[in-house]
Amino acid sequence: MIILPIIFQFVAGIILLFFWRKTTIQKVLSIIFSIIGLGISIWLFFLVWENGIMTTQSGDWKAPFGISFVADTFAVAMVLLSSISGLAVSIFSAGSMRKERLEFGYFPIFHFLIMGLQGAFLTGDIFNLYVWFEVVIIASFVLLTLGGKKAQLEGALKYVSLNLLASTLFLVGIGFIYGLTGSLNMADVAIKLDNLANRGLVNVTSGIFLVAFGIKSAIFPMYFWLPASYHTPPAAVSAIFAGLLTKLGIYAMLRTFTLMFGGDEFMGDILVILAALTILSGGLGALLQQNLGKIFGYLIICHIGFLIAGLGMYTELAIMGTVFYLIHDIIVKTNLFLVSGLILKINGTQDIRELGGMYKNFPLLSLLMAIPLFSLVGIPPLSGFWAKIFLIQAGLQTNDYVLIGFIILGSFLTLWVIARIWGEVFWKNGVELPKKANGLYFSQMSRIDQFLMVFPIVLLSAISLYIGFGAENIALLSQRITSELMDPSAYIEAVLGLKTITP
Amino acid sequence: MKSLIFKTASTYLLPLLLLFSIFILLRGHYLPGGGFVGGLMASIAFLIHSFAFGLKETQHIIRINPGFLMPIGLVLAVGAAVAPFFIGAPVLKGLWFEEQFRFIGIVGSALFFDVGVYLVVIGATLTIMFSITDTV
Repeated sequence: MIILPIIFQFVAGIILLFFWRKTTIQKVLSIIFSIIGLGISIWLFFLVWENGIMTTQSGDWKAPFGISFVADTFAVAMVLLSSISGLAVSIFSAGSMRKERLEFGYFPIFHFLIMGLQGAFLTGDIFNLYVWFEVVIIASFVLLTLGGKKAQLEGALKYVSLNLLASTLFLVGIGFIYGLTGSLNMADVAIKLDNLANRGLVNVTSGIFLVAFGIKSAIFPMYFWLPASYHTPPAAVSAIFAGLLTKLGIYAMLRTFTLMFGGDEFMGDILVILAALTILSGGLGALLQQNLGKIFGYLIICHIGFLIAGLGMYTELAIMGTVFYLIHDIIVKTNLFLVSGLILKINGTQDIRELGGMYKNFPLLSLLMAIPLFSLVGIPPLSGFWAKIFLIQAGLQTNDYVLIGFIILGSFLTLWVIARIWGEVFWKNGVELPKKANGLYFSQMSRIDQFLMVFPIVLLSAISLYIGFGAENIALLSQRITSELMDPSAYIEAVLGLKTITP
Repeated sequence: MKSLIFKTASTYLLPLLLLFSIFILLRGHYLPGGGFVGGLMASIAFLIHSFAFGLKETQHIIRINPGFLMPIGLVLAVGAAVAPFFIGAPVLKGLWFEEQFRFIGIVGSALFFDVGVYLVVIGATLTIMFSITDTV
């Protein structure tokens, strides 16, 4: 029952494959499927919210042997978020994506990508997680290269080689786990790792996982592939990448470190240091760039730092901050790249030195774009504010004053970057840019396409406003997710169907 | 390739290899084999034919666009995967017919899944190979 979202996205992709080259039908169908997918996710979310953790054993093989799918609150919340971003991006691509790309199967691949993400969120088996990672990588590689421009291929090469390396490391880590415990089911592994005497080997394994997921989520020394590749594909594609792909790494980290490795002192220190450096390098990188896409790319890295920081501190409050930040970040980052795509369509460039006068020409649109930009900074009461409050509170509890310093520094750097964008793109007097011959400008597009491009931004902005003003509900949700993450016995019990002995 | 021996051999090889690929597909449940290998073998059969007689001729005997086999195969595979769903069993559970079929043996949902994989593999490999030969 709980793998319905995965199967639905798969079926959606297959049905779209039957309409190969019929782009108009694909657009309509993709939006409809995304709406239905969102409906399924909402239904699943409330089902789990009411009934607690649900599991299914695929193929009816009992838990430690077969592949289990587990829907706990964290997983379904992520599935819901991915469906929301998926819907927004699907609508945006229907409006903005060029015909050449649509003809070569953009929409089917897009649905396969969402399927991979939701599979990764719902699976309860570490090797199956790896398989979903591969599905995501292959789909994202196709999306990245569709269109076949030189810059795209260059970015894609870096992206794929680094991610394949990460996958290999992940596989090596899985090999270690299997060697240590003889099991791949995460709940089963969690019990067996707990009783293992050789802590050194467990630490090494968690280190390998850290590097593997670290590359995928672009933390400090392993982030350079991200700014090199994320600005090359069309905005809709980068939006889904920015919103969900790096967060998949964070999700995997949160899942494995809380469930399997527990809170390890040594790991925590490393994570805190990495978090501080990630915040610093991402923030400084964003300051230096002139291209809107690249700036947002570095901002992703900067905010990955916040997420890692919470995981590093590893207290109830810190994890709660991380989860809250994750919820906020997925929506806002997706929205940011959609905004950058809209700016590109309006002006024909993403270089902030050339841009200008947006506020004068499009006052309403500018106000709309201000919402994601300023909730990224965390100006109260927008959504980023609450997440940071929790993180800073957690830092005060654990006396990580240096880390608090870095978090505040990161916020200031973000503020600086956003203020610079606001000043250059929106307030500065614009110059008349030479019109490019190829490509359609926003003003030349049909009414429907214009609506399709603006509507998802409105949708996501409304959701991030809700996260800001309805912070109480989101905090409640993150609290519940955190309590499930910090005390995995309920998860283990749900998967294995037995009472675990807690020492 | 303009070799008489190769041409003559490939006309015999095509049906033989196709039959063999189906044999491999069917024995795949308990013994080595299955949809993936079978599919590769079938596409090799068509590939050898296209080397001998040229791309046009092979496309003529396949008749449909091989890319079209992919969604059909996927539908079969997904159908086999979700079929247990409708009788209340978890997804991907193997369902079996009660009675044996002649020649084939007991048929289960796993076979349909394998056939789906078989078709997807043929579709994918032939699409790749045809587009490469098309451009060379």
